[in-house]
Amino acid sequence: MSAPYRPGRSESATVRRTLIGLALLATALMIGLPVVIVFEQAFAKGFEVYAASLNNPDTLHAMMLTMIVAAIAVPVNIAFGIAAAWAIAKFDFPLKKLLVSIIELPFSVSPIVAGVCYLMMYGSQSVIGAWLEQYGISVMFQPAGIVLVTIFVTSPFVVREMLPLMEQQGREEEEAAALLGARGLAILWRVTLPNVRWALLYGAVLCAARAIGEFGAVSVVSGNIRGETNTLPLHIEVLYHDYNVIGAFAAATVLTLFALVGLLAQTLLALRMEAREGRHPSGAH
Amino acid sequence: MNAAAPAIKGTGARPRSVLPGFSLAMGITLGYVGLVVLLPLAMLSWRAAGLGLEDFWRIVSGPRAVASYLLTLRAAFFATILTVVYGLLMAWVLVRYRFPGRRLIDAAMDLPFALPTAVAGIALTALYAKNGWLGGPLAEVGISVAYTQIGVAIAMAFVSVPFVVRTVQPVLEDLDPEVEEAARSLGATDWQVFRRVILPSITPALLAGGSLAFARCLGEFGAIIFIAGNLPFKTEITALLIFIRLEEYDYPAAAAIALVVLGSALAMLLVINTLQGLNRRWAETRG
Repeated sequence: MSAPYRPGRSESATVRRTLIGLALLATALMIGLPVVIVFEQAFAKGFEVYAASLNNPDTLHAMMLTMIVAAIAVPVNIAFGIAAAWAIAKFDFPLKKLLVSIIELPFSVSPIVAGVCYLMMYGSQSVIGAWLEQYGISVMFQPAGIVLVTIFVTSPFVVREMLPLMEQQGREEEEAAALLGARGLAILWRVTLPNVRWALLYGAVLCAARAIGEFGAVSVVSGNIRGETNTLPLHIEVLYHDYNVIGAFAAATVLTLFALVGLLAQTLLALRMEAREGRHPSGAH
Repeated sequence: MNAAAPAIKGTGARPRSVLPGFSLAMGITLGYVGLVVLLPLAMLSWRAAGLGLEDFWRIVSGPRAVASYLLTLRAAFFATILTVVYGLLMAWVLVRYRFPGRRLIDAAMDLPFALPTAVAGIALTALYAKNGWLGGPLAEVGISVAYTQIGVAIAMAFVSVPFVVRTVQPVLEDLDPEVEEAARSLGATDWQVFRRVILPSITPALLAGGSLAFARCLGEFGAIIFIAGNLPFKTEITALLIFIRLEEYDYPAAAAIALVVLGSALAMLLVINTLQGLNRRWAETRG
């Protein structure tokens, strides 16, 4: 953060205190209470009921599937992010801005629309879907479909954090390494990635959080079969509509804890990036 | 950019550069973007186009669809006003004042992005239900939130909170304190300084953040469907109508309405890019 304001420099103390009070109250209502109520509802009938509702085979399966989906989507998008950031930041070519806009497009697509796109592409009435079915491969209403659509919705996160930093750092260090005879992967591994590792990690944290929590897009392409194609967010909906409120909120506590750990990681990484590079990660989205 | 970098503008299609790996990295990028992003979007448009203009229009202009657009737009409008006001307050307090817990509050601003939307959905529903912590007191003064259009707007506001805060914060940080001091030394009151000096400087950022928030509200699904009553013509958002058409195996109708949502998202993207360009240009002219 460059040149922070001197604290409470100008307004009168009354104005300052009122605004801080209002901000704290509004944040408690808007952001604090939704988190608190997740735990309150989950533990409404005590710890044993909570533990029992978590220790349900369908819930455990949903957790497992969610982890598997994230474990595939995150590395794939890290690899894509590195390739795209390398091409865009280290070389000049026409229509670069257009390419960046297309890469960021998934952020602007509604999750439901993303799901419908994938259904239209891989569903059995589509050319690709029908062709795959000839070989006995079905993608829709299977975990594979969930993985594919999750990769779509999370694809911009890593690039978007790496790209501005890599553009700002220029090409000199890499060029020096190349002139000294370093090969491509060595330059990437020894020069570029160490310079952007916090940004890469920050992007990966955002990517993982979204992959774990995605609901709309996966609800379109999942068959919603318990114990088979339900991710944890989808399973919350199933439990909730079964009037199993404690079960739904118990599953929600797991996702909330992931979210809080992710936020903590984001905060720590942002502090490191500010200290190292004097810049804050891109924030919104 | 980097002035010392040697000239790499080549004459051919491939740029001359001492750095290796352009073809490989570019090949991966284009292949990935084509297969993961562009092809699925094209398939949606293609399927919707297969309907023919007349059927397409009949579906997307049907009364139930139109009612869902109007609800979505109206709720997104009020949600955006709420997040703009809240976002401005938070950005202001976080940038200008120091108080215990500031770091924690700052980090909490990202929580709506970090929290899965389904969790936000059931949490907000429990909170605003008639017997809930906030729904109870509100019901006593005659306002019901859960299962009404107000609930839709509240859920939209929650998920779009970070946009405004994170867009306005850096602009407030970079404001030149001398202009403000000059205004004060000329006798301006707190309100006059805000209204005449600060607000004009942050208006582009407020608009840019507000339009990002609005776009997010239009597409949101998970956080809303739990708290909305999901009654056709009353509390059914467009994203849910698409989902219902899918459950009825009416894929062409789902594709057609999805294309409308996609089209409006792309239109919003143009607006956002224009506003962000204004915001940036404004920041540059100030130096």
